[in-house]
Amino acid sequence: MAKINSSFKNMVLSLTLISLGASVALGFVHEFTKEPIELSKQNKKIEAIKKVVPEFTNDPADEMYKLPSEWGDSLEVYPAKRDNELVGYGIKAYSQKGYSGRITLVVGFKPEGTIYNITVLEQKETPGLGTKMVLPEFKDQFNDKNPDSFILKVKKDGGEVDAITAATISSRAFCDAVQNAYSTLKKGDLK
Amino acid sequence: MTQLQNFTKGFIRENPILVLVLGTCPTLATSTSALNGLGMGLATTFVLIGSNVVISLLANLIPDKVRIPAFIVVIASFVTVVDLVMQAYVPSLYETLGIFIPLIVVNCIVLGRAEAFASKNSVFSSLLDGFGMGLGFTMALGILGMFRELVGSGSVFGYKFIKGDGILVFILAPGAFIALGYLIAIINRIRKT
Repeated sequence: MAKINSSFKNMVLSLTLISLGASVALGFVHEFTKEPIELSKQNKKIEAIKKVVPEFTNDPADEMYKLPSEWGDSLEVYPAKRDNELVGYGIKAYSQKGYSGRITLVVGFKPEGTIYNITVLEQKETPGLGTKMVLPEFKDQFNDKNPDSFILKVKKDGGEVDAITAATISSRAFCDAVQNAYSTLKKGDLK
Repeated sequence: MTQLQNFTKGFIRENPILVLVLGTCPTLATSTSALNGLGMGLATTFVLIGSNVVISLLANLIPDKVRIPAFIVVIASFVTVVDLVMQAYVPSLYETLGIFIPLIVVNCIVLGRAEAFASKNSVFSSLLDGFGMGLGFTMALGILGMFRELVGSGSVFGYKFIKGDGILVFILAPGAFIALGYLIAIINRIRKT
């Protein structure tokens, strides 16, 4: 078949048909992958919550509610319950003060406000420096501390947190996110 | 050119990264570890094969004056398919490569092959060309990623070989340029002999 010439009619027709074909194909793939994508996101959240709160029997993702925070977007709170008794909260908090973009953590609190554990959901810090925030050496220093008495600032800024060597900005952002979670929890209307 | 040559020319003789030096942006950015490099390479290979085949099929139906937008629509569709499928089935890889996947659309290798090869050759040759070029790209990214991971963090595919932290600069952007430069030099030496 000979190549069709570039008349106006041909150009419009060919681009329309190609776009139409592409949209049909994409719609099909979207339908097909919608469920697995939702599922994997959900799984990731549940895994993160499991790490930061004591053992629970309910479905925290199902009972999730939002609390307004001082810095913009409201935060998601995941209550963890064992046999209908509250054992902790997982709070998805973030900080914009990271070295390259947003840092998202899930901070687990015991009902009285002590930090149980923290896990990093998302970060884009410098590999080998700021990324060390995911290691237990850094993040576990927050465990069993109550931010009421434990000042959430790096030692350089007059706080009590040992910063990651050569990654003070990332450490500050981490503290900022934890503080964000804590303030929201304290001020908010807990269920 | 025989069909076999269509396939193998992407490995060394016309390797998209090491000889043509196309698509260096995703190359430098995603080759921080062997696994990331391979993942990116395979994603690009899939897009290359798909777009090459479709474009060579449609070549006669696309008027010359609108060929670039038409090619881009086809390429972008394949990239979106990769994006969705990765998000659904390999979420951990998607997390590290996430922002680079949409950028395959503007990867010069893909558009370059569509324009220079697929629009002028038969479907089968285009398929082989896309496959070969994709594998060449994957190979270069894999080698680069392996080297950077080994020197930068002392491990390959996540398995620790050398104790300690390694030379950090190789994980960062400058190390990518240095490693790519030496790799191109080595390939040039091999091609000359």
